[in-house]
Amino acid sequence: MEFIKTKFRTYWPLIKSLQTALLLITGVAGFMSTRCPILNWQTTLSVVGSLFLAISGSTILNMWYDRDIDARMKRTQKRPLPSGQVSPREVLLLGLLVSGAGVGWALAMNWLYGLVVFAGIFFDVVVYTIWLKRRTPWSIVWGGVSGGMPVLAGRTLGTGHIEWIGIVLALAILFWIPTHILTFSMRYREDYARAGVPTFPSVYGDRVTQIIIAFSSVVASLLMIAAAYGIGLTMGYLRLMIVLSVGMLLLAIGSATKPSERTNFGLFKYASLYMLGAMTLLMLVV
Amino acid sequence: MKKMSMLDRILLLITGLLAAYQIVAGVDGAPALSLWAYTVAFGVLLVAGLLLIIMGFEVLESPLVVIVSTIIPLSLSLGLVNEYWHSMFLPYAIFVVIGFLAIVYTRLGSNVSKGMATMTLVIVHGIAGLVIFLLPIILAMKGAAPGGFALVGVGGALIGLGGMLLGFLKAGKPILPQKTILAVLPGLLLLMTLAFVAGFSFV
Repeated sequence: MEFIKTKFRTYWPLIKSLQTALLLITGVAGFMSTRCPILNWQTTLSVVGSLFLAISGSTILNMWYDRDIDARMKRTQKRPLPSGQVSPREVLLLGLLVSGAGVGWALAMNWLYGLVVFAGIFFDVVVYTIWLKRRTPWSIVWGGVSGGMPVLAGRTLGTGHIEWIGIVLALAILFWIPTHILTFSMRYREDYARAGVPTFPSVYGDRVTQIIIAFSSVVASLLMIAAAYGIGLTMGYLRLMIVLSVGMLLLAIGSATKPSERTNFGLFKYASLYMLGAMTLLMLVV
Repeated sequence: MKKMSMLDRILLLITGLLAAYQIVAGVDGAPALSLWAYTVAFGVLLVAGLLLIIMGFEVLESPLVVIVSTIIPLSLSLGLVNEYWHSMFLPYAIFVVIGFLAIVYTRLGSNVSKGMATMTLVIVHGIAGLVIFLLPIILAMKGAAPGGFALVGVGGALIGLGGMLLGFLKAGKPILPQKTILAVLPGLLLLMTLAFVAGFSFV
């Protein structure tokens, strides 16, 4: 029992629990927003289980591949791999096992759902992390594509096919990702420079980065409102969605026109809250 | 600057949730323009509450705080005037636009004395606060609205108080010490929102 507890404590930081939880919520929200009989707890729990395993597995594989740059960044050098708490081989095996279990479970539920879940892992691990992350700052586009896969997967399972609302929700997340990641990469610019990872602030400068953040926030908000309208949110909830979206928009514009460390990090935190709030609305009110 | 305590954060979170509830619930029978005016007021309250939670009281150092906090009474009073005192809507809407622009100019413009900025704030906040305070109470006393609607007036009194405290603090002439203002602010915002939500529920 003590062995399991120790292993759990070591493995848990490998899945970036907050990020995994946020992506998991988008997937569940995508599923529940299809007005499926959500009291079918068997399916709902299977969505939670399969997505949790797939997202966690994907994150573990990223941790395995990025262990060298994690060791060079102050923010990440205490993670289990760079600090030597666990071996790379063990993490690779764990990542393959967990993501394999997630995809397998998803395929067993519905082949199209499983395919979208697999696409999420593929874009995240192979295209984003292994192929592009160390070559170009534009890699975040593919990080965004993979970030949009859980919500698309949820919608796909609920409706039985890939439809426009699922795609719009995935695009909303794709455009939300820069708000989230670019504000983060501005805050930890020295870390990324030390690790040799190209970021928008280091390649194009702060001004361009802030304009991209503002632009992507506008597009993300508009897409989220469009999806909410398409899903059939009642006027009251739509008003709330608009208010939350305008809040993010104004903060992004404020961050672009009067940039400061505080506004920048405020936007980063608000963007996370925004996504959580928007997804909760989609989950609970249809 | 005072550090935000866990209690402050909880009070602000409840304020935000109440504001979100009011946005969703709307106000029964309110004309579309009033409904959007109320939405703007509660929306500003919600987003401001979230920003306070995220960024702490330091966010109050921004020169935009006075401008943003003026939107709440102006839009709320505009909604009330449109719904319950429609004959005065046009002149009041003109006052709202001019008052808002005056606040923006006196806060962001150069060559504006502190005295001028403070006086503008007192006039604009004072009139909007009085409308929110008096209109629901008069309507309730006349029987034109349910008695509980007077609670909106109580909210109006609290918003006037909060606006003045913040406004004078930002103008460098605080009525109370900064520490005291920041200590009561989350509770004041919660009570104000509670009064508004309760009052509108009687309509």
